[in-house]
Amino acid sequence: MSGGKMLRHIQFWILAVLGTVLLTGCGSEYLVLNPKGPVAETQYNLIIISTILVAVIIVPVIALTAFIVYRYRDTPGNKASYKPEWAHSTTLEVIWWIIPIVIVALLGYFTVRDVYVLKENPNKEVAPMTIQVTALDWKWMFTYPEQNIATVNHLEIPAGVPIRFQVSADAPMNSFWVPELGGQIYAMAGMATELYLQADEPGTFAGFSSNFSGEGFAKMQFDVVAKPKDEFDKWVKEVKGTTPAMTKADYEELRKPGVTDKFTYSAFPEGMFEEIVAKYGHGHDMDYVMEKMPAPAGDKSSSETSLNTQHKTESHNMPGMNHSSMNH
Amino acid sequence: MWENIKDFASTFFVTGDPLIYGADVSIVLTIIAILFVLTKYKKWGWLWREWLTTVDHKRIGIMYLIASLLMLFRGGVDALLMRVQLAFPNVEFLHSDHYNAIFTTHGTIMILFMAMPMMFALFNMVVPLQLGARDVAYPFLNALSFWLFMLGAMLFNLSFVIGGSPDAGWLSYPPLSQNEFSPGPGQNFYIWGIQISGIGSLATGINFIVTILKMRAPGMKLSKMPLFSWSVLSSCIMIIFAFPILTVTLALLFLDRFAGAHFFTMDGGGNPMMYLNLIWMWGHPEVYIVVVPAFGIFSEIVATFSRKKIFGYKSMVWAMMIIAVVSFFTWAHHFFTMGTSASVIAFFAISTMIVGIPTGVKVFNWLFTMYRGRISFKQPMLWTIAFIPCFVIGGATGVMLAVAPADYQYHNSYFLVAHFHQVLIGGVVFGYLAGIYYWWPKLFGFKLDEKLGKWGFWFWNIGFYVCFMPQYALGFMGMTRRYYTYGWDRGWADLNLVSTVGAFMMGIGFIFQVWQIAYSIKHGERDTTGDPWNGRTLEWSIPSPAPFYNFAVVPQVKEMDDWWETKEAKANGTYKEQPAKLEPIHMPKNSGIPFIMANFWFLVGFGFTFGWVWMAVIGFIGVFACMWARSFQYDTDYYVPVEEVRRTEASLGRVV
Repeated sequence: MSGGKMLRHIQFWILAVLGTVLLTGCGSEYLVLNPKGPVAETQYNLIIISTILVAVIIVPVIALTAFIVYRYRDTPGNKASYKPEWAHSTTLEVIWWIIPIVIVALLGYFTVRDVYVLKENPNKEVAPMTIQVTALDWKWMFTYPEQNIATVNHLEIPAGVPIRFQVSADAPMNSFWVPELGGQIYAMAGMATELYLQADEPGTFAGFSSNFSGEGFAKMQFDVVAKPKDEFDKWVKEVKGTTPAMTKADYEELRKPGVTDKFTYSAFPEGMFEEIVAKYGHGHDMDYVMEKMPAPAGDKSSSETSLNTQHKTESHNMPGMNHSSMNH
Repeated sequence: MWENIKDFASTFFVTGDPLIYGADVSIVLTIIAILFVLTKYKKWGWLWREWLTTVDHKRIGIMYLIASLLMLFRGGVDALLMRVQLAFPNVEFLHSDHYNAIFTTHGTIMILFMAMPMMFALFNMVVPLQLGARDVAYPFLNALSFWLFMLGAMLFNLSFVIGGSPDAGWLSYPPLSQNEFSPGPGQNFYIWGIQISGIGSLATGINFIVTILKMRAPGMKLSKMPLFSWSVLSSCIMIIFAFPILTVTLALLFLDRFAGAHFFTMDGGGNPMMYLNLIWMWGHPEVYIVVVPAFGIFSEIVATFSRKKIFGYKSMVWAMMIIAVVSFFTWAHHFFTMGTSASVIAFFAISTMIVGIPTGVKVFNWLFTMYRGRISFKQPMLWTIAFIPCFVIGGATGVMLAVAPADYQYHNSYFLVAHFHQVLIGGVVFGYLAGIYYWWPKLFGFKLDEKLGKWGFWFWNIGFYVCFMPQYALGFMGMTRRYYTYGWDRGWADLNLVSTVGAFMMGIGFIFQVWQIAYSIKHGERDTTGDPWNGRTLEWSIPSPAPFYNFAVVPQVKEMDDWWETKEAKANGTYKEQPAKLEPIHMPKNSGIPFIMANFWFLVGFGFTFGWVWMAVIGFIGVFACMWARSFQYDTDYYVPVEEVRRTEASLGRVV
């Protein structure tokens, strides 16, 4: 067998195997393609629209390439026309400047539309519930300001209720991502980013960090459990009754680098998330954080409870920043 | 005393891993072997006179090429180690630390120490020849650029066995790359290795802009300049705007680490997002910097191997220039998920998609260059044809990534990994390999073996799809980049295994290419005509390998594709022979200063890496001494007498 022929055989079998492997997919393990909430749904639709629009270019171009390469190959007796000086045609060039412009314009329209849509609550009929997410060195901490409970590496939410996540970090940058519920947002120290997600139905969804943050990064995974509203309330009550309260000391222990198990806490120090953000904040997003923070639950404690950390807090006077609102 | 030495050695040298001990042994053996051969065959003088001190752009190009192929090997081995680790769930081949170091060095090396030098190799090998020039505008600076790159790359690579590799990702985002989270010298190696070679890259950018604008043969208007030279101009314009940003960014990060500044820290008023903005203001143009010259290469090759004029020359030039400008307005798409305002995201999404327009235009122009041509499937053309579908798919997934709300789902996932490998391998690597096959005879005087080359070609190509297509699917499954391990429960196992197989196929392809080069040195078809491919541009009008002065008589250019027109005119009998008059040729003299100065820069970098200020000071003194010495060197050029030119040309089979 000649080298070329053998290679073609190899090529065939590899493509056959590859095709089979890829086609067995589209099952439930393709998280992004199995949206379980309105945000992921919007993004899924965009993925489909953009795939179709780029396919409009890809498929003809590849077909054209195959045709031209075959038709004009340099073999004796090839009767196709040969015009070595033909190198310009205004009509043709205008056509292929316009095709990509039209496609980009279409894609641009859908993109801009959904960029704005996704900044808003996806479900106008239901008031959103707030959960605060803090990325720590290599674990996720979730604090529920409305319920005054906290969890680590484990998230429970009511199904059918839009959740407004406020995301920050007390560690290098991470990214908070639950593919089946919708795309991600960065978790960054000194900032509180905002992300709306909603699960339409009860279920367990895999959550990841997608931004590399060091040694234990691969273990920064968590499960999101969506439950009917009443079961969720029952769970909250159970947590309230059976688990310990998180203290400042507990938090200091948590934020040390390392991989941990799941934890649940019946309470957390009041205003802790705001303090974590403010600790590194020097103007960025502070207005935003302070304006949008819901009224914290639990007893009002004085500012003496501020976190005792080795980081020096330094706040600059940025225009428009309201320091007084930081003291609860 | 003995204890102190032992203590020092155990932190200075990387210990505790059999892979690294293996590397130690092979490095020492290689060095001993090189020293032995050089001494035994008394080649030290030759090495110094002919290579270390050379200012000849063709030799500098060859050195860039050798360095980049070595780095391709190193980066490729890194890739294979990663793929072995990910082949199955829960593999314990590499520890997390080690894996992090390997993906960091893989990325950094492939972009900065493989793609960049391979690009500079092609600039140096081709541009002056294409322009009808005898050298670049600043030959001394050119040598200095090379040696800065080389010593920077060596400094970076040293971290593998001394001190420890950087492990905070190829762009070293703070705060992860700050002292608090990355103690030890790894990040310092990163900063200084890139800093030193980056200064060299900036100088190359300046050098080639001036060369292209000032050194073209008489009659070659910009509107008649070959497209590869245009692509180099576009790329160099991006270099001179982008690389200063890199220099400043790395300097600020170094001040944070070394002097306790707070530019990018989490506390003390620092802002890590500022680093992300700065590094991507360099980093995104950087990918266009490396890919645009590949567009130029394809344009030359498509025309030559279709025996047809390039289609839509003006569109091609405009497309490359538009890319050069728009590339500076896309950087924020690397952090669409940072939670910024909708308008900012919308702006960067649209500007990113806009890059797709000129790129799409170029693809159509290449296709219609082949249309009504006669396509011969020599190696350069094979890679060009393979590039088209690969790059079209890669470009399309790039446009999909630019759809910001959808990007929230792709961001940092394997979908992204597959996309950028597809454009960087399918565009840059395929392009540069095509260019190397194309211009190889001009530099070395022989062709690379077709048969071995085709084996290499097919292994690379099939391997590529086997490796990266599954990664798009893995992205949809939620697998994110930089994972060193994963569990069975995710369902990622099959596709990862397929991907690993593909990576090894590409490795086999590379081995075929190395074999091909070794084989062709002895058995490759010699090029006696100087024009082995029936070329169109000026470089094919001189003998192969090109003599050190390039053109015995500076050509007078009348047409685009001047050499092709000359051949046509000769065939038609309408060619009017111009009486060629040989004149003494003005050439630059060799100099050892670039090599010595770069070594002092190495000392600076090594000193700062370990915080040994005394060593850095010695390095700086050396650098300034070299500048001083060069400033007072007046005897830097000479004339090649007519007799010598005549003799050289005669020995290459030419009569003038």
